[in-house]
Amino acid sequence: MQEKTDYGKAWQGGDKPYAASYGKLMMWFFLITDTLTFSAFLAAYGFSRFKYPDVWPVPEDVFTHFPFISGEHPLLFVALMTFILIMSSVTMVLAVNYGHKMQKNKVILWLSLTIVGGCIFLGSQAWEWGHFIHGDKGGIDTKTEFVVHIAEGEDLSSVYSLMDADKYDGTHHHFTVDQIIDNLIKKSEYNIRKADRQYLSNKESIEYLKKNGTQVLLGANLENNEYGHRLFADYFFFITGFHGFHVFSGVVILIIILINVIKGTYERRGHYEMIEKVGLYWHFVDLVWVFVFTFFYLV
Amino acid sequence: MAQEQNEGNWWIWKVFWILLVITGLEVFLGILKVNEVLPEILIHDKFLGLEWLTHIFIILTLIKAAYIVNIFMHLGFEKKSLQWTILLPAFILVPYLLFILFSEASHAYFML
Repeated sequence: MQEKTDYGKAWQGGDKPYAASYGKLMMWFFLITDTLTFSAFLAAYGFSRFKYPDVWPVPEDVFTHFPFISGEHPLLFVALMTFILIMSSVTMVLAVNYGHKMQKNKVILWLSLTIVGGCIFLGSQAWEWGHFIHGDKGGIDTKTEFVVHIAEGEDLSSVYSLMDADKYDGTHHHFTVDQIIDNLIKKSEYNIRKADRQYLSNKESIEYLKKNGTQVLLGANLENNEYGHRLFADYFFFITGFHGFHVFSGVVILIIILINVIKGTYERRGHYEMIEKVGLYWHFVDLVWVFVFTFFYLV
Repeated sequence: MAQEQNEGNWWIWKVFWILLVITGLEVFLGILKVNEVLPEILIHDKFLGLEWLTHIFIILTLIKAAYIVNIFMHLGFEKKSLQWTILLPAFILVPYLLFILFSEASHAYFML
């Protein structure tokens, strides 16, 4: 009556259904969870944006500056950051590729260049954050909770030019709504643009600010920002910050394995699989940026 | 297949140029959008609640993502079982999340 099933070696271990090592598999599983975290961030961003379609800041109006060049250059700086990250992804694949061939010196070269790329990206992001926090044109908070901007006719102007202040004179600027109203009365060519991008006439602007103006906003923090809806800056800090933190940890991990490569740890181990695992993480960071670039800066 | 790929580096640079050209195209379209020279149909006509231009951006982004995952992350050369283990959670859960947020959350307007 006894039936014997031949399980073969199934219970003795040694089977590799995925044909991937433990470490690589765990890296992939971690990346899946990270994918869901970033999807949740971006989906939440999209949700808020859809809730306030009329008053959400246009990214092309906000991120318009390029280091050392004056004037408005929308998208160019983030495009450069994207290029840097793609480039560092390429150097990473090259490092992995030479790792397969056990060419230690080439691994060191391309791994170092990847670290340089990561550092340049982090520096760019720091510049971007600094600019975002310091602010650009300034805005006025209102009782309707939406931010209005200074304009000249149908062209966006800035609080600084209305107040005859030099934005870069090194002092900490502070204006009140009353000062803004005074200058609007003095300079009739200025008016305001409401959050839904409707331009008011000079007289209407003064009335509107007398009724609704609460405070003048310069720059951005987690509570409010000059760009528009207050959630905008929160998402900016959280999404690009979380991504930047990933880049930062990636750079730290890359430096650690670079030291190991130089010391010959993987040469002795007989394979460079560690480079491959860190490479997976590094490409993932690039992958996330591709989506952040589209959904935060482009759309 | 992975063995073939290890010969030379041309395939890495090929993917690099593809990614670069797509990114360039995205930026170009973005700049055209800012300067308001794109045809009306791309900016104002909507499909599934999104402008056609947004759909173009999303498709270009997904193409870039596919190249990064398949070639750079080497997933295209792994076993089928591993590929599906990694991709299925994302393919099921991310659209589900988007569906819940964008279609079922309209009442949340009064809570925010």
